[in-house]
Order: sequence, then structure tokens, then C-alpha cells
Amino acid sequence: MGLAKLNELYKTVIIDNANYPRHKGQIADPTGEMQLKNPTCGDLIKVSVKVDDGKIADVGFTGSGCTISQASASLMTTVLMGKDVKTARRLILAFSKLISGGDIDDEDEELLGDAAIVGSVAEFPTRIKCAALAWHAMDEVLDKTQKS
Amino acid sequence: MSKGLNDSRTDFPILDQEVNGEPLVYLDNAATTQKPVSVLQTIMHYYEHDNANVHRGVHTLAERATEQFEAARDKVAAFINAPSRKTIVYTRSTTESLNWIASSFGNAMVNEGDEIVISELEHHSNVVPWQQVAKNQHATLKYIGLTADGELDMDDARKQITDKTKIVAIAHASNVMGVVNPIKELAQLAHAHNAYMVADGAQSTPHLKVDVQDLDVDFYAFSGHKMLAPTGIGILYGKPEILDEMEPTQFGGEMINEVHEQAADWKESPWKFEAGTPNISGAIALGSAIDYLNNLGMDNISAYEQELVDYTLPKLTQIDGITVYGPHDPAKHTGVLSFNLEGLHPHDVATGLDMDGIAVRAGHHCAQPLMEYLSCEATCRASFYFYNTKEEADRLLDALNEVKEFFANGTSKAERTV
Ligand SMILES: Cc1ncc(COP(=O)(O)O)c(C=O)c1O
Repeated sequence: MGLAKLNELYKTVIIDNANYPRHKGQIADPTGEMQLKNPTCGDLIKVSVKVDDGKIADVGFTGSGCTISQASASLMTTVLMGKDVKTARRLILAFSKLISGGDIDDEDEELLGDAAIVGSVAEFPTRIKCAALAWHAMDEVLDKTQKS
Repeated sequence: MSKGLNDSRTDFPILDQEVNGEPLVYLDNAATTQKPVSVLQTIMHYYEHDNANVHRGVHTLAERATEQFEAARDKVAAFINAPSRKTIVYTRSTTESLNWIASSFGNAMVNEGDEIVISELEHHSNVVPWQQVAKNQHATLKYIGLTADGELDMDDARKQITDKTKIVAIAHASNVMGVVNPIKELAQLAHAHNAYMVADGAQSTPHLKVDVQDLDVDFYAFSGHKMLAPTGIGILYGKPEILDEMEPTQFGGEMINEVHEQAADWKESPWKFEAGTPNISGAIALGSAIDYLNNLGMDNISAYEQELVDYTLPKLTQIDGITVYGPHDPAKHTGVLSFNLEGLHPHDVATGLDMDGIAVRAGHHCAQPLMEYLSCEATCRASFYFYNTKEEADRLLDALNEVKEFFANGTSKAERTV
């Protein structure tokens, strides 16, 4: 088998998003922020979001970590930009199902777009946490936003 | 393919398997070692023939279990040249040993304004318990720094250890930097200031001959699982006069002498520390692991591992864009090799190696203060034991080059090389 299997995890989209992350940086006037750390490896991601009238008007992330955690954060920001909070949370749930090897419905998969490609991490159980980090952080931020 | 020191590889059935379609190369021995058949058989035999609780029965099985449990204690004592079985306390692990030393002896000895001295290369289990003591007692926790090479800076040690120092606690061998620290010299330094010397032997006891009397340490801690025994059994060695004074941290059955309604007193050391039913099969298996190691000879093990390091380290440091931590002189380096490839996260490297059947660790290795000190978040770590071979070292070196290539050239190139 050897390194060929790496292609299943490190697809072009993932390498590209890790090398050229989208929406990386601190956004202006965030309405919510959350920093999460993966204590086993030290990966650290901070997400910030600006919710305006129930919609995600701006979203960004900072931090450092492995290819998977960086690419996953980048792809997440692209998916969630402009979505209403309810849809965003549904997509976060769908994403976490996908990376644990579960099935999701076609509409959600379509909305996830490139981010759905991260789903192949399901076959690399030791790396699921890396993929999930940014999405967990975002879900907590949006949960607080909805409750306040 | 060579079969490790004295063909020992054949005694470890777990090594004979494929992982991700490739023959397994197990290089995570600093985390835990594999277990030889003889140790596994000892556990089976104990449960098939002799299982009973210790120190509490008059029946024959209880006597056999107790006899084997205490015989294993004697083997441990002889293995580290401790003066008697009374100085050998069974614990769960290095972590538990260090916690008992800190929470009982540490809290009793350290007063407000005193100092505890550790180093920048300690494992969390030799950091956090001392932070707790410092906090409880309003004492100061000080760190001995490292040289540019990654060795303990003895000049700094002489500055940090002062008349205010009550305890010096240092790893005998580092789980990240691949160095062996001069514990004997540190103990002399500590004693010259009337401080006590605690050594964390988790990474040394499995790999080199330890003589606690020659080192003149007051305490020594290590784990069975890093030296062929199962998880859940560890050792706390203490000088006899110190253990006699030290209070237990756990209370209950086994450890008592007499119990009345309002008060109790304890057995003598080491039994006063061992409350409740202990890990009997683990202790007996540790005795069996020590038999195995003695049979190979600790000096032979050290020499064989040194050969692996002499072979691997120069090749490793030559990989383009690699940072290898710790001394680059193989003579100063143990079989613990920590490194990073430029521009690649250790997690990605470790996943790549795993796809090639090679098990290494990636992360902060429970040494976050050291990672901060080195200004890196994490490293990859390959660690040898006597059953590893030069062929396996080559597999590691080749795979590292492949992984580098994969991430440099993207997926297409790697597909072509399949
Ligand atoms: C230097 C050092 N000290 C302490 C420990 C802790 O050992 P355990 O987890 O067996 O308690 C380790 C194990 O990783 C270690 O490498």
C-alpha cells in the first residue's frame, strides 16, 4: 500500500487550502469568537464570526496546526460565509457526521461542496479530531449567538 | 533481515504483522514497549495456577501469590542495585510514583520561600506535581536550562540549586531530547545544599544499567510498561531512612498494622504505601520482564542501541530540511530521536509514515514547557528498543524522504512512484 493511500487524505483541494488558506486572519467587529486547542498535538484554532440579522456576514480564523486542521478551517469559512445561522449549524452537524463515516443527505453534501472532500478523513481515525477542530469551535460560537 | 539483539525479535509476536499493507516497524518504544512471550506466559501461568490475594490468606494459593509478588520485588531491587526489598514500593506508574513523592514527602519538606528545582526537559509528570507542591507551600519552582546542544546546562544547574533548594527532580534520560542527564553529579550538588534528589527513571531504566546507590539518589521512579512489562505497574524507590519517615498517601487494607475505632498505625515500608489489593500479576510480570532483560544483559542492550543510533543519527541529520533535536554527536544521543521536517506538521509526517507501516509518535510528548523552550508546537519522535534493526532504520529514513517528496510535489508524483 505505502504512500499511495495518502492521496485519499491529502487531496489537491486539501493541500491547496492548507497552503493558501481562505479567510485566514482576524475579522473586524466580530460578534463571537472561540479558541480551541487539540491538547494531544497542540493544534490551535481561533474562529471569529460576525452575525448580522441572523446571517453570517463575515467569518475568519487564525492559528496553526497540521495540513488537515488548517485546510478544514479554511474550507469551513468558505462554506459558512453568507449562510444563515440555522443552516450553518445544520451543515456543521452534517460535516461532523461525514467525517465520522456517517451518511448525510444530498442537499447538505452539495452545500458543503469542497468541504465534503474532508470526509475522507473518516478512513484515518487518528486524524478526525484535526478535521473537526474549527467546526467544533464554530458550533460553540453559533450556539452562543443563537442563545443570546 | 536481522532479528535484533540476540535474535530477540522472534520473542515478540506482535512485531510480526503488516500494518497498512507493509511490515510493521515499531518505533514508539519511548511511549511503551512490546511484551515478549515469556512475560505474557508468566501472566497466563499466574492466573492459571496461582491466583489469590496477597498477604491475607493462610491457604496455599495465597502463599504462592505472596511469595511470587515479593520475589518480584527482590528482582526489582537487585535490578537497580537497591539495598533491600524494603526500598521498593509498587505503584501504578512513574506518574503515580512521582505524585506520591511530591504530595507526601514534597509537601512535608518544602516550606514557604523554599525552592524546588526541575529542568526544561521534564515530562509533565515531573512538572505538574511539583507545581502543585510549590502552590500549596508558597514555594518557587525553578528550571535548569539547556545548552545549545539540548543537554542539561550544568553551569546553570550550579546557579539554580541554592541553599533554599529543598528538592531537585530531574529525568535520568529525556523522552524528547535523547540525552542522559548526569544524575550522580546533580545528586552531589543537591546534597551539598542539603536538598533531596529525585530522579525520573522512566526512559533510563529500560535502556541502561541503573545503580541507585551509586547515583546516590533519594528517590527513583519508573514504569514497567516501558521495559517489557504490562501497563499498570510502576516502581518508587526511596532510601530506607526516608521511606521510613514518609507518610502514605493512600489508606485502607493491606497497609495497616493495627486499626482501632478512632486510629490506626501502619506497617513498615514499603508495605505501608501499598493500600488495597495491588497489581499482583503486573508485579510478577515485571519480575519476568527483568529476567528477560538480565538475560540479554543491560550493557549489551545499551551497546546495541548505541549501534543503532550511530547508524541512524548521521543519516537522519543529513535529510534536507530536517531539524533533529538534541545533540548530533551519536555518542551523546540515546535511541530517542525527535525531529521536524521543514514546512511539514509532525502529524502529517506521522500519518505518512503510518501508511508505510512505521509507528512513530507525533505531538508534544507530554513536555509542553520543553516545546515552548524549543519554540515548536510538536515534533515527530522515533524511539528504538533492542528488537529494532538497521533495516528498520533504513525503512524510516526512506519513508521520510518519500513523505517529503509527497508533500513537496503533490499527489500526482506520489501516484507515479507507486
Ligand atoms: C521521562 C518520562 N517521565 C515520566 C513518564 C510517565 O510515565 P507513565 O505514563 O508510565 O507514568 C514518561 C512516559 O511517557 C516519560 O517519558
